[in-house]
Amino acid sequence: MWQFIKKWFHRFGTPRWFYHTTSRWLPWLALVSIGLLVLGSIWGLGFAPEDARQGNSYRIIYIHVPISVLAMVGYYIMAAAGAVALIWKIKLADMVMVSAAPIGAAFTFLALLTGSIWGKPTWGTYWVWDARITSMLVLLFLYLGVIALNQAFTSRDTAYKACAILSLVGTVNIPIIYKSVDWWYTLHQPATIKLTGASTIHPDMLKPLLVMIVGFYCFYALLLILHTRVEILRRERRSSWVKGLIR
Amino acid sequence: MKPARRQRLQLVIFIVSVASIGIGLAVYALRDNINLFYTPSQVMAGEAPEDTRIRVGGMVVTDSFSRQEDSLEALFDVTDGAANIRIHYNGILPDLFSEGEAAVAIGRWTSDGIFQAEEVMAKHDEEYTPPEVADAMEKAHSQRSGQGVPGQDTSSQDNQGQENSGKPYQ
Repeated sequence: MWQFIKKWFHRFGTPRWFYHTTSRWLPWLALVSIGLLVLGSIWGLGFAPEDARQGNSYRIIYIHVPISVLAMVGYYIMAAAGAVALIWKIKLADMVMVSAAPIGAAFTFLALLTGSIWGKPTWGTYWVWDARITSMLVLLFLYLGVIALNQAFTSRDTAYKACAILSLVGTVNIPIIYKSVDWWYTLHQPATIKLTGASTIHPDMLKPLLVMIVGFYCFYALLLILHTRVEILRRERRSSWVKGLIR
Repeated sequence: MKPARRQRLQLVIFIVSVASIGIGLAVYALRDNINLFYTPSQVMAGEAPEDTRIRVGGMVVTDSFSRQEDSLEALFDVTDGAANIRIHYNGILPDLFSEGEAAVAIGRWTSDGIFQAEEVMAKHDEEYTPPEVADAMEKAHSQRSGQGVPGQDTSSQDNQGQENSGKPYQ
């Protein structure tokens, strides 16, 4: 069994194998993610009941929550890929890590933007320096740091090590973001969907939200695979199999 | 696992744990500064600085809100169940501001013991309910409390509010 995992791991580690395998997945993944996102948006924006206090303005939850979840999960994916690249020196893990950074940065920026748009009608302010929002801003800077660090080195060997170490150090921020609303007094409310215990959202509102979260997971996977494929083509452009693709 | 890989795995674990401990300690040391606002109890206990702008937050006390007819001037109390602070504000309040809900005010103390707010923000809870369900819950709640002792003080009302808002959907 271990031998099988090891073999699979190392075969999956070759960029060429990854490129060819994901070519078959891409249309399905795109179909599923777009389908779920369209379904969730129509359901959430059109058919879910409005909130007793916030009225219709709460509906931005269907974008804000899934994007914020993926911004944080994406950081763990980037750091895990960084750890694999550091320990096993697998080229593909390095490519996944550097591809995850700009996607994560975009998601974090959108999470801050949608939160800010939501904050004005509910809290009465676009921005406040509370623990949740500030730690989320730190997450954005961590992503930007990985992007910048990756481009600062001419040697690939140095760049991936520096990026992986920064990614690993930054993982400390994720539990801080998640627990910030419980540990300190913040303007941001505590989590609605709880890992343990019942959620404090009506089931009719929760169902489209879960559809959107699953949809955004698929969408994130799609973006990450697409970006990694571009990275593979860019780095392996001189290899015979990539030249064979063009012909 | 090859020795070189084992060594690198140890390095990764070392980096993550040292970073966690270091940042954890720093955050623990700064815990009071990370709070967005002071509670009325903290202010009364003298934990908040007096001659500077601070943020004060708590539940807006039911029936404490009053507004002048011809201006935007408003007076209300915020509480954390143990202490009250009287807040004066001249401006437009956020839509979600209401009695029995939490609010955060930025401002400073005036000489007559009233907190003069420059900005008031509403803090909403993590609960999302359709209006019909909220009405039904409200009705059930008022029926229940109608049987209780009239003229309850604010702290017991707050407890009831929290009990109600903390009730999850099954």
